[in-house]
Amino acid sequence: MTVLGFWIYLMSDCIVFASLFAAYVTLSGSMSGNPGNAEMFDLPYVAMETGCLLVSSFTYGLAILAMQKGRSDLVMRWLGVTFLLGLTFIAMEVNEFHHMIAEGMGPGENAFLSSFFTLVGTHGAHVTAGLIWMIVLMAQVTQWGLNEVTRTRLMCLSLFWHFLDIIWIGVFTVVYLRGAMG
Amino acid sequence: MFGKLTLDAIPLHEPILVVTGSVVVLGGLALLAAISYFGKWRYLWDEWLTSVDHKRIGVMYIILAVIMLLRGFADAIMMRSQLALSYGDSTGYLPPEHYDQVFTAHGVIMIFFMAMPFIVGLMNFVVPLQIGARDVAFPYLNSLSFWLTAAGAVLINISLFIGMFARVGWLAYPPLSGLEFSPDVGMDYYLWALNIAGLGTLLAGVNFIVTILKMRAPGMELMRMPIFTWASLCTNILIVISFPVLTATLGMLTLDRYLDMHFFTNEAGGNAMLYVNLIWTWGHPEVYILILPVFGVFSEVIATFSGKPLFGYKSMVYATAAITVMSFLVWVHHFFTMGAGGDVNAFFGITTMLISIPTGVKLFNWLFTMYRGRIRFETPMLWSLAFMVTFTIGGMTGVLLAVPPADFVLHNSLFLVAHFHNVIIGGVLFGCFAGYTYWFPKVFGFKLDETLGRWSVVLWVTGFTLAFAPLYVLGLMGMTRRLSHYDVAAWHPWLIAAACGAAIIAVGIAVQIAQLYVSIRKRAVLADVTGDPWNGRTLEWATASPPPFYNFAVTPVVEGRDEFWIMKRKGWTRKLEDGLQPIHMPRNTGTGVIIGALSVVFGFAMVWHIWWLAIFMAVAMVAASIIHSYDTNRDYFVPTDEVERIEGEQIAQAA
Repeated sequence: MTVLGFWIYLMSDCIVFASLFAAYVTLSGSMSGNPGNAEMFDLPYVAMETGCLLVSSFTYGLAILAMQKGRSDLVMRWLGVTFLLGLTFIAMEVNEFHHMIAEGMGPGENAFLSSFFTLVGTHGAHVTAGLIWMIVLMAQVTQWGLNEVTRTRLMCLSLFWHFLDIIWIGVFTVVYLRGAMG
Repeated sequence: MFGKLTLDAIPLHEPILVVTGSVVVLGGLALLAAISYFGKWRYLWDEWLTSVDHKRIGVMYIILAVIMLLRGFADAIMMRSQLALSYGDSTGYLPPEHYDQVFTAHGVIMIFFMAMPFIVGLMNFVVPLQIGARDVAFPYLNSLSFWLTAAGAVLINISLFIGMFARVGWLAYPPLSGLEFSPDVGMDYYLWALNIAGLGTLLAGVNFIVTILKMRAPGMELMRMPIFTWASLCTNILIVISFPVLTATLGMLTLDRYLDMHFFTNEAGGNAMLYVNLIWTWGHPEVYILILPVFGVFSEVIATFSGKPLFGYKSMVYATAAITVMSFLVWVHHFFTMGAGGDVNAFFGITTMLISIPTGVKLFNWLFTMYRGRIRFETPMLWSLAFMVTFTIGGMTGVLLAVPPADFVLHNSLFLVAHFHNVIIGGVLFGCFAGYTYWFPKVFGFKLDETLGRWSVVLWVTGFTLAFAPLYVLGLMGMTRRLSHYDVAAWHPWLIAAACGAAIIAVGIAVQIAQLYVSIRKRAVLADVTGDPWNGRTLEWATASPPPFYNFAVTPVVEGRDEFWIMKRKGWTRKLEDGLQPIHMPRNTGTGVIIGALSVVFGFAMVWHIWWLAIFMAVAMVAASIIHSYDTNRDYFVPTDEVERIEGEQIAQAA
């Protein structure tokens, strides 16, 4: 029941992203003569970011497999790896944002950059929330082991994490690949 | 230290606000003093504020809705009297900047903090009882939802006395609502109040979908669910799909205002029409979020008071589902004048007309339910009959507005204002009143006074007609909405008539308050000891009035539609059921009310740019959630002898 409820919540979150995608697509041509064009994206850099997130989804999957075998030590190990990959992703994203703002391409420059920072930043905020959740859950697995409560929560976080992966694939395609094509 | 907040923010130069503010502060202090004097803090905290009981939460939602109805109606009276006075040389008593706040607050309060809490409150109380459940799927989440909604309402009322409210109309179109044209805090109050309350609504939507899908009593197939539960399911699906759009849209406007972004600004490539499209992608489904549940209320009331099963149950379900889907295909009819072109407008004009077909199906179903029924004209039924007439008129003027060329003439006129009040008062509000009168004995164990109830129906319908029929005429005469002053002599008598209508509604509200007071005084006479005061048809009437906290001693096994009716035909009587087992119940928790309180401070800090406080509150909210996740003692079992004792008392009372 909790998992169903969480899944329905994720679908509503998906609609938040749908709205942001719609705004991005509508505004992506609105640079109004200011800086900020498609050539600013460093595609290999973003590909590495993407790799981190995709692999973290895989390692989370391994954590769930370990959970089903009742191996809390392996769950902790794979959650740890997932956490580090997620943290790397966020660090790379923050670095990217920092560079853009330093080069005068901040979110306040024009509508395109506003929608870019908001879409990508909202995803990043979600990943950050997922990382905080993961720390709490690792503490709880350490304390309580794998019981009904922690198993349900691990499943919910799993759904959340894979969901963010799917959203990122949308972001990578619509924002970065489409951007790189000009 | 305090951001933009200074002592100047308190509007000491506005006599109306000073008086209202003093009354609210003194009244609040008196209430707090009374609670302390009678030593009721413990009771209030244990039994209400921290309660996760869906019935208690439902009652609190409706109390919130009624308080906000009074606040929103005060705004309405101010607007109507201002317009009756401010003709020609007279400017009335409300300066334009105040008048603009009044109409914005009226719309926001009536939709978000009156109508929404009222229907969510009804759903909270009724749905679990109708499906034979002990509570909702996520009781703690339910409490959190309520307190977030209440937090939004508190924030909006703070704006009355500290600072100001928005002056932008209830949907806050940019660029007017952007930083350039609304640099004051009013818009920020609007954004944070709605963002916080909207999150509460979204969580409630998730909760009810899971409750209805997963917690029905054995044997209650989907096509055996009471119509009110069906309507609630469809409504909550609409909530879960549409409220995220509201959150995202208001979020983007918030970023425009706080981080100088350019989503909807005039310069740097912003696109204000993007906002208008997005807000109505939420806004039109919102209309159906309000009306579908009350369609459910009317279905229950009309079937009960006609003594017949609902005519066309299946067509009612399909009509509700059809409206659910189609409500996402009509949003452009709110702004045909955008200039999307003939093809786009034709598409949305036609879908708008099509959506009136399932609505018509419903009306005919109600008529055929009454046909050859043994109709009892008690107050809930009178509200339903009043609804059927007023809503049909409102629906027809809506179809008229769906014709794009007609809309180009009537857009933004008082004709539109008359139309949507016709469907929202004549539909949603009358439905809420019908539900309030119908389920009141179930909630409190005694009926509302019938005579005063009838008077309130008569006064509301008369006042409503007198207040809004003139607005149709004024709209056709070319009067636009949101005017605070006018020079056209021909408008004046109609606006005086409308003000008289508002005065009659005020009397109707006074009679309702009197009805509540009188009924409480006469509660011994009006008591409902049977649990079934109206000869009801659905499961909520099978339990006692008021229901025990666990709802049903033994979960009923459902054999068909109108299950309680079937049970009564088989000779059901209230007795101690066999096979009592310990009942699994959720424990109360204070986390919901604590997070609600923190979110008020958070919103206030964001409005006034008190950044340190906002960060502190945000961290506190996250910390409260994490602490709550460590609470593993969330449920308990009610032992059978306890259940036996409670049931025994109720049976003794009924005998």
